[in-house]
Amino acid sequence: MATPILEAIDVWRSYQRGSETIHALAGMHLTVQPGEMVGIVGRSGSGKTTFLNQVGCLDTPTKGTISICGTDVTAMLEKELVAFRRDHIGFIFQLFYLIPTLTAVENVELPMTFAREGNRRERALEALARVGLSEVRALPHQLNGGDMQRVAIARALVRKPRLLLADEPTGRLEHGSRVAIMDIFRSLRAEGMGIIIVTHDPTLAEETDRIIELRDGRVVDERKVA
Amino acid sequence: MTEPAFDVQLSLVAEAAGMGKIYRRGAEEIHALREISVAFAPGEFTCVLGPSGAGKTTLLNLLGVMDVPTSGALRVAGTTIADAGRVRLAEGGRDRLRRENIGFIFTEFFLLPTLTAVENVQLPLLWAEKDDHSYAVELLERVGLGHRLTHRPTEMSGGEMQRVAIARALINRPRLLLADEPTGNVDTKTRDGIFDLFRELNADGLTIVLATHDGELAARIDRVIHLREGRIVEGA
Ligand SMILES: Nc1ncnc2c1ncn2[C@@H]1O[C@H](COP(=O)(O)OP(=O)(O)OP(=O)(O)O)[C@@H](O)[C@H]1O
Ligand SMILES: Nc1ncnc2c1ncn2[C@@H]1O[C@H](COP(=O)(O)OP(=O)(O)OP(=O)(O)O)[C@@H](O)[C@H]1O
Ligand SMILES: [Mg+2]
Ligand SMILES: [Mg+2]
Repeated sequence: MATPILEAIDVWRSYQRGSETIHALAGMHLTVQPGEMVGIVGRSGSGKTTFLNQVGCLDTPTKGTISICGTDVTAMLEKELVAFRRDHIGFIFQLFYLIPTLTAVENVELPMTFAREGNRRERALEALARVGLSEVRALPHQLNGGDMQRVAIARALVRKPRLLLADEPTGRLEHGSRVAIMDIFRSLRAEGMGIIIVTHDPTLAEETDRIIELRDGRVVDERKVA
Repeated sequence: MTEPAFDVQLSLVAEAAGMGKIYRRGAEEIHALREISVAFAPGEFTCVLGPSGAGKTTLLNLLGVMDVPTSGALRVAGTTIADAGRVRLAEGGRDRLRRENIGFIFTEFFLLPTLTAVENVQLPLLWAEKDDHSYAVELLERVGLGHRLTHRPTEMSGGEMQRVAIARALINRPRLLLADEPTGNVDTKTRDGIFDLFRELNADGLTIVLATHDGELAARIDRVIHLREGRIVEGA
């Protein structure tokens, strides 16, 4: 069997609030294989975002191990983590976080500038074509929500990550745009990317391969989608 | 032809003459700005005050070359953007002009959650080949965040995030800083801190145009332009 894209084992993330300890994650497990799309559901405060932050190396678990493409990231130093994250993980958020003064294609170039890579314009245009956006010179305020999210997805994809993490990616979009965004995710899955989508939207969750339900920082239900 | 023309004052940071903006939505025409004539001199701190829908954001977007007028004339940083209602600077030229001369701050901070404060500040330098890491650090120190350099937005308060956004808006050494309702998302104490920072930056010579519907904030700014239904009703 291929190396899993993600293997999270007994992950805890605890916060101290005054004298109280909050376990945002309390023994979380999840394995994602190449070409698998997993939906994470659970009510507000159940730990969904906290989990994505650990997997995305934006935060460090209090306890447990997280391996991405066979590498244990919990053992890495901050400097190594930054590089590892850039090479392996793409992020998409509910708010698109596009820079308003930059055009669509410039926004997509952003992740490559820090890695000081060449062919930035060409690769950014390629990623935008991939998500079906033709108005590459438009500023974000000239685009509708669905197209802004396309730009954000192109930015997440441009360095060809193995794992895509999406936190409520369609939370602000109307139905037509949601369908289009799901089509993009499906084609990425077909190429072998691992995808985790956190969502409150049951119809979106039904589009994934497997739905994980979180409560109080751990998996309480898991089922394959028919 | 009675099209408005410019006074030749190249030293002005931005100048609009009889400038208008019509948005078209299907058959509907929305007159967001009507015959605006106003100039911004270097070192000025101007407030654009008006109720919701008055045209404040539209005006700032035009001054920041994020959009183009549909009538009249506009000059920014010594370059003619539009004249006699016709756009004179092509898209690529406008992108460059904006990048090199304009800093923009919004109500929302638009910081990338995956990047540290320093990295967020460096973002607009995409095309510059030289590494301006040290200038980004200097700016973060300038806005009072020297101790937060490698923190990510999720680890910061709203006021701190807005300071990062301000540092980012300054990284290209802009001739004009535009702030659209910059304190709309923070409490009054944080608002006052941010306003004091604008004051200091202005005292250092930065030209600022700040749009708000907050009369209390406007009262602290020397020059106030009152905008209503797309017209300057006072203060041009
Ligand atoms: N930085 C932090 N400090 C203290 N507690 C935190 C922190 N971040 C998250 N928490 C707590 O951890 C728990 C899980 O939060 P998390 O944001 O992961 O939930 P979520 O499932 O993403 O919720 P939502 O659906 O509202 O986005 C909550 O109780 C939250 O208050
Ligand atoms: N892209 C657009 N398409 C169509 N109409 C628009 C567009 N942007 C703004 N308008 C309209 O132009 C007018 C001025 O809007 P603008 O956003 O400039 O006002 P504002 O003073 O910034 O208001 P607020 O305080 O609510 O931000 C409003 O009637 C608005 O509905
Ligand atoms: Mg969340
Ligand atoms: Mg506005």
